[in-house]
Amino acid sequence: MKKQLDNVPDTSLNRVDGAAKVTGAATYSAEYKVPGLVHAVLVTSTIAKGSITAIESQEAEAAPGVLAVISHLNAITVPGWPERKQSAGRAPVGTAFRVFYDPLVYFDGQPVAMVIAGTHEQAMHAASLVRVTYKRESHQTHFEKNIHKAGVPLNVQRSKSSPFQDYERGTAATQGNTDVKIEAEYTIPTQHHQPLEPHAIIAVWEAGDKLTVYDKNQGVKSVQGQLAQAFKLPRENVQVVSKYIGGAFGSGIRVWPHTMAAVMAASQLKRPVKLVLGREQMFTSVGYRPYTVQKISMGATKDGRLTGIVHEGTGQTSMYEEHLERTVLASRALYACPHVTTRYRLLSLDVNTPTWMRGPGDATGVFALESAVDELAFALKMDPLEFRLKNYAESDPERNLPWSAKSLRECYELGAEKFRWQNRMLEPRSVTQNGWLMGYGMASSLYGFHRHPSKARAVMQADGSVIVQSATMDIGPGTGTAMTRIAAKVLGVNAKKVRFELGHSSLPDAPGQNGSSTIPSVGSAVHVACEALKNKLIALAREMPRGSRPTSQEWSGVVRNGEVFGSADDKEGVSYADILKYHHLNELEVTEESKAGAEGNQYSMYSFGCHFVEVLVSPLTGEVRVTRVVTCADVGAIINYKTARSQSIGGVVGGIGMALMEHSAMDHRFGRYVTTDFANYHIPVHADIPPIEVYYIDKPDEHVNPIGSKGLGEIAIVGVAAAVANAVFNATGKRIRELPITPDKLV
Amino acid sequence: MRPFQYLRPKTVPEAISMAADDPEARYIAGGTNLVDLMKRGIVSPTKLIDINHLPLKKIEHRYDRLRIGALALNSDVARHKGVMARQPLLVQALLAGASGQLRNMATVGGNLLQRTRCSYFYDLALPCNKRKPGSGCGAEGGVNRTHAIFFPVDEKPACLAVHPSDMCVALTALDTVVVVTGPGGERRVQMRDFHLLSTQRPELDTILGPGELVTAIEVLDNAFVRHSHYLKVRDRASYAFALVSVAAALQMDGGRIWDARLALGGVAHKPWRYWAIDLMLRGQAPSEKLFRDVAEHEMKSAKALEDNAYKIRLTSNAMVAALKTAAGIS
Repeated sequence: MKKQLDNVPDTSLNRVDGAAKVTGAATYSAEYKVPGLVHAVLVTSTIAKGSITAIESQEAEAAPGVLAVISHLNAITVPGWPERKQSAGRAPVGTAFRVFYDPLVYFDGQPVAMVIAGTHEQAMHAASLVRVTYKRESHQTHFEKNIHKAGVPLNVQRSKSSPFQDYERGTAATQGNTDVKIEAEYTIPTQHHQPLEPHAIIAVWEAGDKLTVYDKNQGVKSVQGQLAQAFKLPRENVQVVSKYIGGAFGSGIRVWPHTMAAVMAASQLKRPVKLVLGREQMFTSVGYRPYTVQKISMGATKDGRLTGIVHEGTGQTSMYEEHLERTVLASRALYACPHVTTRYRLLSLDVNTPTWMRGPGDATGVFALESAVDELAFALKMDPLEFRLKNYAESDPERNLPWSAKSLRECYELGAEKFRWQNRMLEPRSVTQNGWLMGYGMASSLYGFHRHPSKARAVMQADGSVIVQSATMDIGPGTGTAMTRIAAKVLGVNAKKVRFELGHSSLPDAPGQNGSSTIPSVGSAVHVACEALKNKLIALAREMPRGSRPTSQEWSGVVRNGEVFGSADDKEGVSYADILKYHHLNELEVTEESKAGAEGNQYSMYSFGCHFVEVLVSPLTGEVRVTRVVTCADVGAIINYKTARSQSIGGVVGGIGMALMEHSAMDHRFGRYVTTDFANYHIPVHADIPPIEVYYIDKPDEHVNPIGSKGLGEIAIVGVAAAVANAVFNATGKRIRELPITPDKLV
Repeated sequence: MRPFQYLRPKTVPEAISMAADDPEARYIAGGTNLVDLMKRGIVSPTKLIDINHLPLKKIEHRYDRLRIGALALNSDVARHKGVMARQPLLVQALLAGASGQLRNMATVGGNLLQRTRCSYFYDLALPCNKRKPGSGCGAEGGVNRTHAIFFPVDEKPACLAVHPSDMCVALTALDTVVVVTGPGGERRVQMRDFHLLSTQRPELDTILGPGELVTAIEVLDNAFVRHSHYLKVRDRASYAFALVSVAAALQMDGGRIWDARLALGGVAHKPWRYWAIDLMLRGQAPSEKLFRDVAEHEMKSAKALEDNAYKIRLTSNAMVAALKTAAGIS
């Protein structure tokens, strides 16, 4: 462990909310104390398609403590939804699922009723007494059996500029001679985010049509907007609080049916309502990484130059909505290759809609792409890292633009050196350790840069401490810590003097936490807000009498240790507190917005990285143990090493789970998941996780934003599954193209 | 969860009298399985009889055997010096089970009585003959990657689930007696007879009658101390039920095997004892080839379901690996 910590500079901040989290002082969504609170429990469908013919709720209603049983039969009308019609039929594609709207069942596990009672236990018991009868229709949930029905998504048919349009660069004729070619099909099963904290909401209606929700989500502003729209309220009448989040990984980006259900119930009962999803309900309530099948064919000249890539991907979605992912997009940008074709298709099944899950599309697509690259390198008898370097894209081959910055080559070199990649044997099954086969594998990672308009407010207090606010989120990466660091650095104050506030919709506008966009967007806003505040303070300091302080020839204004100095050489400064005192100010506040300019038209912007993995595989039992990981990332400037490193480690752990364990199995006779608890849905435990070494290039990208920093959350997981699968191949000679790589596939 | 009565007896007779007249009563000790089952509505006892205050925690060696009270915690048994010295196979099996937190709560008696972790058993919306006799076996024709490959001879099983315990696999390989007290007094049951194979009464996991309480287990001293191994193959390194597990115990002298025991977990409705192995290994010098032959012999009677054909090869391989480790050959 010592060795790894050496990579963390001493200046790293500890998590600003770490103590609150580990002592239980942090309040999560389900933990707010609200007077008069009542408890809701969902009843979910046990068929995958059909309609509800009857709901017998008398017994439940008579049970102790029960206040109401809500279903489509008696739910309030949501003002923002179209009026209920008797024979409206199934919702057209593109309609978000409307809870308790009509008797139609679109997927197994769909909420069909909700019991509200005085205690959670009373509601749980009563929910078990609600009898729902259905008219069952035949359902289709089996991906392979229905893949022939997959097609071009309607969203793509409607939009010529959609990035998911079929793509072709070059032609078969221009690609040159292909000496070696591989073709393979890769499958990832449905995987669920399953954060440890289940989704939960407390909905509180107050007089004057005011709604407050304490809701686990990844974007308070987006939830505020969606609830305001659904209930036809002015935005400011809706407040969304989500200060602490026990993991989300993408499951909290949308407003899901359970959130609507709780808000509807609170309105109907005129009582605050709490709803916490059960673990099994988490499998059908908050999206998932869709089942996806990909075909890749890839060719190269015998000296290892890529000649062509054809990448086709088909993902799963629901019958009522299209969820599109970047599955095939990495193949356009990662390598210099004269001929690239990508095609993306969707298959609608009787399931709930998937959603973004860490590295959405890219984690899926890069598993296939980087497995295929490894397969082709092996077919060429070439080291897979050498093969990648041979086809290194010096500029973006898709958009024909220079990269804003790209240090992937440095990542490869640093990672290879730290991992001692040169010891890798080309031939599989060459190395054994205590009777286990040892293998090395690696893969690249990339993720597009996202920066959204974002605001931040910075307030200098009378005592010289600083409050910085933005309606951003922290689903775990340590947003508050990173923002505190940015503010402290700009203002020249000790981080202890800074308090960063997030997770409340009344704060200045910020995007939700997704797409690795928080540091690039909100970090920039905090930076410019603090710069503006600093400049105001410098201007105010200049107006003050010099006193004993020497008058600099050139008064440029420099801040350090909470004081303003005339110039860097000045020995005596004036403290922020004194500046405010002199000017009779209780506080000094600025709010600034930061957003992208036209730089995106001039540069192609990505984060890059790579992972090196060592595995041991038991030749007798097929068990795989990851024994060593080196991960290296190029995300521009690193804001706070310690929390960044933790985020990289989390990504690798997620990637190991994706590679070796995670699989939501469904019994297609019922269209119902059968792995709906942590005994059956496996994620890594501590014993599965080896030492993970994390390295950063840490070179600011001067074109992306004022802080030179790009996103890290997604690239931490993208590529990990391929690196593991490639290591398994190197160990065993078996190429597993269907995740997860469980012992049954290797024995 | 249905409301229930909670009782806390001080003595074994008191506990038994509380349970005797009520078929819906349940004893609770660590609760690591029962509480889950109650939360899910799979069992809804009218009465919970908390036996944690009964004097059944003692671990002691008497004459030729180790006697372990039914309320001894899995973690306490696993670190008990006498158990470590005399029954290392049992210790290995205990430590392969569950997680540290669960072992600190789970008792030996409760471990014997754990219910299967079959997904169909746990989901009230799906058929399960064990949970609801006559409703059908969901795993038959369903998702059965983790299900059984050994079944009762000449009888169609009504349940394809496997027994989840690790401890019981080791106890099945060793000579173990389960001490049971009930309304009719005390009786002693051989471990091999304690659990039932799934036939027409899959709702029954064991031979326990109404009100009967496991009070202790007795593990006989043996000569396997130096040559035993518990191998558990699972989907992750820890905290997962076995795909297949093997408890292998050998008595060796002069480079030859003189006695052998082997039991398998994760392959049948009860821990599966490989009865013929003693005869097949006795007098032989250990070798991978010998172990392979012996393993494949037992697999001839195995039968794969739709999703678990891999278990036939895996079980055979796991037996070879466990026997090799037990014998100390590479």
